[in-house]
Amino acid sequence: MATKAIFSGFGGQGVLMMGYSLAHSAMNKGYHVTFLPSYGAEVRGGTANCTVAIAEEEIASPVASEPDYLVAMNSPSLFTFQNKITAGGVIFLNSSIIKDHPNRPDVDICSVPCSELAEEMGNSRVANIIMMGAFIKKTGIVTAEIYLQSLESILGSKKKSAAEINRRAFSTGFDYLKN
Amino acid sequence: MAKVIFQRPKYLKENVFHYCPGCGHSIAHRLIAEVIEEMGIRGITIGVPPAGCAVLAYNYFDLDMIEAQHGRGPALATGLKRTLPDRFVFSYQGDGDLAAIGIAESFHAANRGENITVFFINNAVYGMTGGQMAPTTILEQRTTTTPAGRHKTLDGYPVKVCELLSQLPGVAYAQRCTLTSPAQVNKTKKAIRKAFQCQKDALGFSIVEILSPCPTNWKMSPIDACKWIDEVMSKEFPLDVFKDITPAAQKNTEAV
Amino acid sequence: MNKFLMSGNNIIGEAAIRAGCRFYAGYPITPQNELTEYMAEHMRNAEGGVFIQSESEVAAIHMITGAAAAGARVMTSSSSPGISLKQEGISSLAACELPSVIVNIMRGGPGLGNIRPAQGDYFQATRGGGHGDYRTIVFGPATCQELADLTMDAFDLADKYRTPVMILADGMMGQMMEPVIFKKPKPRQYSENFMLRGAGDGKSKIIRGLILDAIDMEEHNWKLARKYEVITKSEIRYETYQTDDAELVVVAYGTAARIAKGAIKRLREHNKVKAGLFRPITLWPFPETQLRSLSGKIKDFLVFEMSTGQMLEDVRLSLQGYADIGFHGRPGGAVPTPAELANVIARYYEKKD
Ligand SMILES: Cc1ncc(C[n+]2csc(CCOP(=O)(O)OP(=O)(O)O)c2C)c(N)n1
Ligand code: SF4
Repeated sequence: MATKAIFSGFGGQGVLMMGYSLAHSAMNKGYHVTFLPSYGAEVRGGTANCTVAIAEEEIASPVASEPDYLVAMNSPSLFTFQNKITAGGVIFLNSSIIKDHPNRPDVDICSVPCSELAEEMGNSRVANIIMMGAFIKKTGIVTAEIYLQSLESILGSKKKSAAEINRRAFSTGFDYLKN
Repeated sequence: MAKVIFQRPKYLKENVFHYCPGCGHSIAHRLIAEVIEEMGIRGITIGVPPAGCAVLAYNYFDLDMIEAQHGRGPALATGLKRTLPDRFVFSYQGDGDLAAIGIAESFHAANRGENITVFFINNAVYGMTGGQMAPTTILEQRTTTTPAGRHKTLDGYPVKVCELLSQLPGVAYAQRCTLTSPAQVNKTKKAIRKAFQCQKDALGFSIVEILSPCPTNWKMSPIDACKWIDEVMSKEFPLDVFKDITPAAQKNTEAV
Repeated sequence: MNKFLMSGNNIIGEAAIRAGCRFYAGYPITPQNELTEYMAEHMRNAEGGVFIQSESEVAAIHMITGAAAAGARVMTSSSSPGISLKQEGISSLAACELPSVIVNIMRGGPGLGNIRPAQGDYFQATRGGGHGDYRTIVFGPATCQELADLTMDAFDLADKYRTPVMILADGMMGQMMEPVIFKKPKPRQYSENFMLRGAGDGKSKIIRGLILDAIDMEEHNWKLARKYEVITKSEIRYETYQTDDAELVVVAYGTAARIAKGAIKRLREHNKVKAGLFRPITLWPFPETQLRSLSGKIKDFLVFEMSTGQMLEDVRLSLQGYADIGFHGRPGGAVPTPAELANVIARYYEKKD
């Protein structure tokens, strides 16, 4: 069975990058993966989401009717997807922005103030990578090392400094979650 | 007693526009609805929305409307108008719709002097499909299909629809306006009214081109988008009346 | 080997360029815009590569016709409404026997329809689509890897038979990303004889579909028909999955076949129905005898399509009454989950018992 995750937020929050980097690192670990972005008129009005599926075997459908994980970077994302999460799944919340509480007693909630943590790092654009740190720690889908290697190969190792910032952002999120 | 000074035009439905914040389509819709209300022609007007961001215009106008395939609005409107000559018929079109895939239909409806009105929303890109080059994309402008900027020898030049169509004898009225300030909005409304008046007086084909912001695909804030129209786009596409055969206009030119 | 994670639309573009496609013309339409955009970005960097955003789909198909006549490897792409507009040109390409590749990333229809994945263009694709007596080779890929492989193969077959070849996929295939490995393209094999390069001092040539004399036209029609017969004999492709011990076989292609495979796995895991899958990869020529040969042992077939039932007719023609055929359709952009489809299959099978 495939593990499925939905990443959702405002356009510009880098949610497609989150999904893509996860899929890419899972691919590098040898898994079958699919990545399906929202497209067309859905995207108008500035929201974006994507679905990632990861499995040991061929993946039938790239769509997630009952995802295991939801990463909600803003409130509309939480409202749109919280009822789809499978029982026992995990919702990751960008608690810097989302003040509402999920209505699901049967899922694990993982709040990460990733926007604030990013501000503290002096770079608001890395909130998504901070969240990915928390996501990878909690789910263990791939190791931190594999994820970071993927991230670097996606972003290109042109700028050493950018790679360094992403590494730090990732650790910030990774360390934010207590074991 | 409180006096109402601003409200939803009578013939815009209660639905919320799906257009992006700062998009010109919303304003253009409102102006058309206002003019239809003021002229009292709601019951005898039929609209043709395009394939484009305005594809759902029938959700907003409280009018009889029929969808056209991409670019075919003027042909469809021709069929409507010839069958119902005493009705007002308008086609609402984007730049891809009118000047690329539908240039033949637009050109020939104009050339036949069809007594219809075309509202032409020029936003220099394909909005609906995600910001590709439009016929009206200006040189050097970056779009998703001109990642290095529109190149004159590889991609051709911006098409100037009003200038072109005004050459045709069938065209009664062609004006280009914009929506970047209250004064411009008022001018545009006057143009819309005049276009419908041409139709009423059976003078022939009328077109109002509206330079319209697309903040989303231009990747600008709504205010910067308006600035870009004022400072860049309207240099390429001058705001002007390109043709006007209404009696009032004729008298004016004689006087000059 | 280098593995990439790319969207179906981009994969088609990359595979085409690697296969030596050097002329692409297209017009934006969702859900295939990324392919046009990929070509805009990469075609002009390829040596001798031409990218044109045409003013319409009609123009695009005739642009590639000209380029094909001049000897380029050519491709155009669109989605359903745009493919309807290309039919005039596809008919010409078939008549004039010009190698060309046409991609249809299908969406919901008829009319403007919507931009969700659908399979409503099967008839149009497999019956020729335009006017006149012709067929096009049609591939129905089901994975991103297959998109890459079949795109390359499409160019080879187009050259081999001097005929238009269509890739028939849908919005899901176009938008979805999967890992892909690009195989090494084969060197292009073609005859220069038909190409127009200017006659020089030699004999001049014409390329034409207009053949006024009825007997000559008849002969041209039979010539095309003989070619289609050879294609039907040599180019059929299909996949079977778990059909050996199957009590019921689902027939599906493209995205629908992926979902069906998932459903079949579930059914077997839960010991519900021993189902198998027959997946045509060439939709034309349809793997008729290959499907019929299954009906020796298996008497229950269920066709699943994201349409109201189009390939269903080919399945009926193939099975010729030797087996029972059920149908499940989800037109208009609805894509069921494998679990939903598994329930449909199980219910169908129980009712039959
Ligand atoms: C035959 C056909 N080709 C392509 C499309 C896809 N399509 C829908 S709208 C559009 C262009 C929209 O651009 P424009 O006319 O400039 O209007 P805007 O969205 O910017 O308002 C295209 C290419 C279609 N619907 N039908
Ligand atoms: S994409 Fe552009 S034209 Fe379309 S609704 Fe948004 S702003 Fe308006």
